[in-house]
Amino acid sequence: MKISRSDVERVAVLARLRLTESETVDMTAQLDAILTYMEKLNEIDTTNVEPFSLAADRPKVYREDTVTNKPDQDGLLANAPDRDGSFFKVPKIIE
Amino acid sequence: MKYEAVIGLEVHAQLLTESKIFCGCSTRFGRAPNANTCPVCAGFPGVLPVLNRRVIEFAIKVGLAAHSQIARSSVLARKNYFYPDLPKGYQISQYDQPICTGGFLEVEFDGSAKQVCLTRIHIEEDAGKNIHDARAGASLVDLNRAGVPLLEIVSEPDIRSPEEAGAYLRTLRTMLQYLGVCDGNMEEGSFRCDANVSVRLHGSAEMGTKIEIKNLNSFRAVERALGFEIERQSETLREGGRLIQETRLWDEQRQATRAMRSKESAHDYRYFPDPDLPPLAIDDEWIEAVRATLPELPAARKRRFISKYGLLDYEADLLTSRKDVADYFETALKIHANPKALSHWIVGDLFRVLKERRLDAELYIENWPVSPLQLGELVQLIDQQKISGKIAKTVFEAMLDTSQAPLQIVSQRGLEQVSDSGSLESAVEQVLAANSKQVEQFKAGNQKVYGFLVGQVMKVTQGKANPQKVNEILRAKLSS
Amino acid sequence: MKLAALTLHEASERLRRREISSVELTEAVFERIDATDDRVRAYLTLGRDAALAQARQADLRLRQHEGATPLLGIPFALKDNFLAAGLRTTCASKILGDFMSPYDSTAAARLRAAGAVIIGKTNLDEFAMGSSTENSAFYPTRNPWNPERIPGGSSGGSAAAVAADQCIAALGTDTGGSIRQPAACCGVVGLKPTYGRVSRYGIIAFASSMDQVGPLTKDVRDACLVLQALAGHDPADSTCAPHPVPDYAEALSLGAQGVRVGVPREYFISGMQPAVEQAVRRAIHELADRGAIVEDISLPHTEYAVAVYYVVATAEASSNLARYDGMRFGRRAEAEDLTETYMISRDEGFGAEVKRRIMLGTYALSAGYYDAYYLKAQRVRALIQKDFDEAFKRCDVILTPTAPTTAFKIGEKIQDPLQMYLSDIDTISINLAGLPALSLPCGFDEAGMPIGLQIIGRHFDESAVLRIAHAYEQATEWHFRKPVIATSK
Repeated sequence: MKISRSDVERVAVLARLRLTESETVDMTAQLDAILTYMEKLNEIDTTNVEPFSLAADRPKVYREDTVTNKPDQDGLLANAPDRDGSFFKVPKIIE
Repeated sequence: MKYEAVIGLEVHAQLLTESKIFCGCSTRFGRAPNANTCPVCAGFPGVLPVLNRRVIEFAIKVGLAAHSQIARSSVLARKNYFYPDLPKGYQISQYDQPICTGGFLEVEFDGSAKQVCLTRIHIEEDAGKNIHDARAGASLVDLNRAGVPLLEIVSEPDIRSPEEAGAYLRTLRTMLQYLGVCDGNMEEGSFRCDANVSVRLHGSAEMGTKIEIKNLNSFRAVERALGFEIERQSETLREGGRLIQETRLWDEQRQATRAMRSKESAHDYRYFPDPDLPPLAIDDEWIEAVRATLPELPAARKRRFISKYGLLDYEADLLTSRKDVADYFETALKIHANPKALSHWIVGDLFRVLKERRLDAELYIENWPVSPLQLGELVQLIDQQKISGKIAKTVFEAMLDTSQAPLQIVSQRGLEQVSDSGSLESAVEQVLAANSKQVEQFKAGNQKVYGFLVGQVMKVTQGKANPQKVNEILRAKLSS
Repeated sequence: MKLAALTLHEASERLRRREISSVELTEAVFERIDATDDRVRAYLTLGRDAALAQARQADLRLRQHEGATPLLGIPFALKDNFLAAGLRTTCASKILGDFMSPYDSTAAARLRAAGAVIIGKTNLDEFAMGSSTENSAFYPTRNPWNPERIPGGSSGGSAAAVAADQCIAALGTDTGGSIRQPAACCGVVGLKPTYGRVSRYGIIAFASSMDQVGPLTKDVRDACLVLQALAGHDPADSTCAPHPVPDYAEALSLGAQGVRVGVPREYFISGMQPAVEQAVRRAIHELADRGAIVEDISLPHTEYAVAVYYVVATAEASSNLARYDGMRFGRRAEAEDLTETYMISRDEGFGAEVKRRIMLGTYALSAGYYDAYYLKAQRVRALIQKDFDEAFKRCDVILTPTAPTTAFKIGEKIQDPLQMYLSDIDTISINLAGLPALSLPCGFDEAGMPIGLQIIGRHFDESAVLRIAHAYEQATEWHFRKPVIATSK
């Protein structure tokens, strides 16, 4: 077993997914098959291989420190499920 | 059993850039909710970050001032967690390959200087603000602060007491202000501190259980919280109890730390290099260009004030504890080179007024009631004997209220010092004639009554008489 | 000739000669959609009024001879992971609700600036995750050549729309083959440019280090013209660096003579459909006849590409999809508290494949597994890139099949995620290395399904790819073949 049910439950919490019972069962089996397949990667010796970084040797793109945006609260809030004035309104956060 | 405290401090400093770290929104404080927000900093679908070059410059600047190693290649990483004030569901920060590693701060503490080493300095974005709306049973999210650039400065656990911690923070804050990268306002949140503290038996090399303290909103709170926590940990261990690695909050009301209610601990942030941002490339040229912009740093400036201007340690300390004050002082000096006198006026009178008028946090000198030029002129007038020291106080008060130049005030109110012998002689004669009893007492050997006579001359001349001249004439007349 | 069946360059020619108007052309395309889309189901959203308004604008510019770029007046479809102002974006998911973007993606903006007419949004696998468009939360798109077959994925809607003449050209995105494989399935041309050639700003991100925007078109010249309009630096995208944009059309006249073509043995594995192998080998001979120098090469780490991809892409995706949380846009579920709201909104809003990939990616990044999975995969990725660097010392382009089989049946692989992933084997390495690649038709199998030939080039050498593609295309007639779709008119 590459991945156990409790792993799946832990990861689901990290990913904020509330899986149903059957989803959890299916997911465990599917992820197990996939992760078993991933074992292939251990066939290769990668000592002294630097991890891939494509853009590493390309010219860098930066911004100058100038204000270029104008306020547009309505534009931003147009798709909000809930709002209060120009705030986004979300379920209460319990500290 | 004697326990020693081992303290490390993590400071988050908001950088004084015009725009945010990854987008062109303004960082200006106090705007309407979500006015300084755009799809990029609001984490909308499809957006991408582009790094503000000035943030890198500021980080290099701080790294140079702190004698850190500046990385030639630095990686931005995603720190993943869910929270409404974190719109993308991750914060762009740094993990491996931060922009600066190592370095140290020279902290003056208890009469001696100590080096507090730094672990690292890195750049990251700030989160937005959640406001609790009790009546609606909901929270309101304002993303104006999301994306404001932060510098995280992590010290090694070199600090050994709450007071040392306070000294470190003050030193760091002053340095950041001098560099012009942060205004260092803890109460307003532009300078934040979390502390890590553990205790161990004196002489032990092993580290105790490290506990993190959050919600420290002032330097005082830092010192008090550390004091409390050191005591709590020591007590627990003395009684044979065990400490758990946790995050505790400082409760200002109860003046105590408490464990966090929610299971905030055990965050798995799943850091990985942000694929939207190629690694930063910092070459020697860039570093040297930034080095050329470094101002004279606080410690060096203080030393120079002492050696060049002959100021005392505590005066130099007060004048250099804020860059704008030091600049103020040296600007005034350009008008009139009397460092001792100017120092007294600034440290004494000006500071007092600023405190009274609650302007002492104001960093913008334009908002101070007296300009350095005006203060310089005032001292010049005293030294030129155009006004007496006492009158100068009156003029100063008038300057505060009217923002007029001292010369104007003096001429408008006729406060010029009277120094000509003629008028002074008649004034003295007038006083001697009207106070024959005191004259006799003086001639009989009563020295104290001299002061009274001087006072009378001042009264009769509305305080404008030149005190030295008065002395000369009065003594002459009394001895005849 | 039916206007909707024109290629882009043909239509552009006629528009400039004022033989047809953009309004006519756009209306013809909408008629074609009306007549065929219940069979094909390529579109999710159509914007008729806005499109006709754009067409009228284009006609005005054409009348005034105002800067007639090749795209002026041409009706385009956008895959529904492109943000476009005025058209809802769903990403074929329920979680976005009826999201109306406050801004245009750079790609859409560049099309608009060139005068193109945006007619609507096409179907895709949800969040671009899939190879068959069966993962759309709405409905599967059907292959115009055979409605029981997949159109490929994830840009299945765009590919089908082009094949069915439901647009003159379309844009898609390609992360593991999502432009090329549907192009092969549907018998059209699909180009994935070099990573960083075209801006990703305004594309809903899947795997940030691999996603790329590209055209799906009826022939190679069309692909060339669209690429020209899209390519180039965008200050809003840090990965879209300034790199000079050549005149791509110049490459089209150069022919195959002297071009060194590499054929990697690892792409001709057992399990490949015989008809596919035959067609591709025939195509390679065709090019050899035209003067290309063919050489056997090896890309030894090919067999690890799928594993690498499904670690790295899912890791990046798990992070990119965290913002779909019901807080600031999209669907929000009713729940007891904040955590519940996150969990239910996301569980209800995301489909099974998306959830699977989020889980996989989250796992690969989680504490204790980062080194074994993510870091390991990125190291193997570097080796895959190195294979290509080595190969490109000896050849100018690399030719392979686009997919090991032609379009399979709807429902055939959807139950077995791993099988579905393995069908990406021919396209995936290219995304890992960030290289440009194009797919164009090179034949049909016994069931009449199109076969795709893939041409891969060096970084920023789209010209070499287009050159060889055009040489092959002009020597054959595959690009003239069109599916017959029973129309309802």
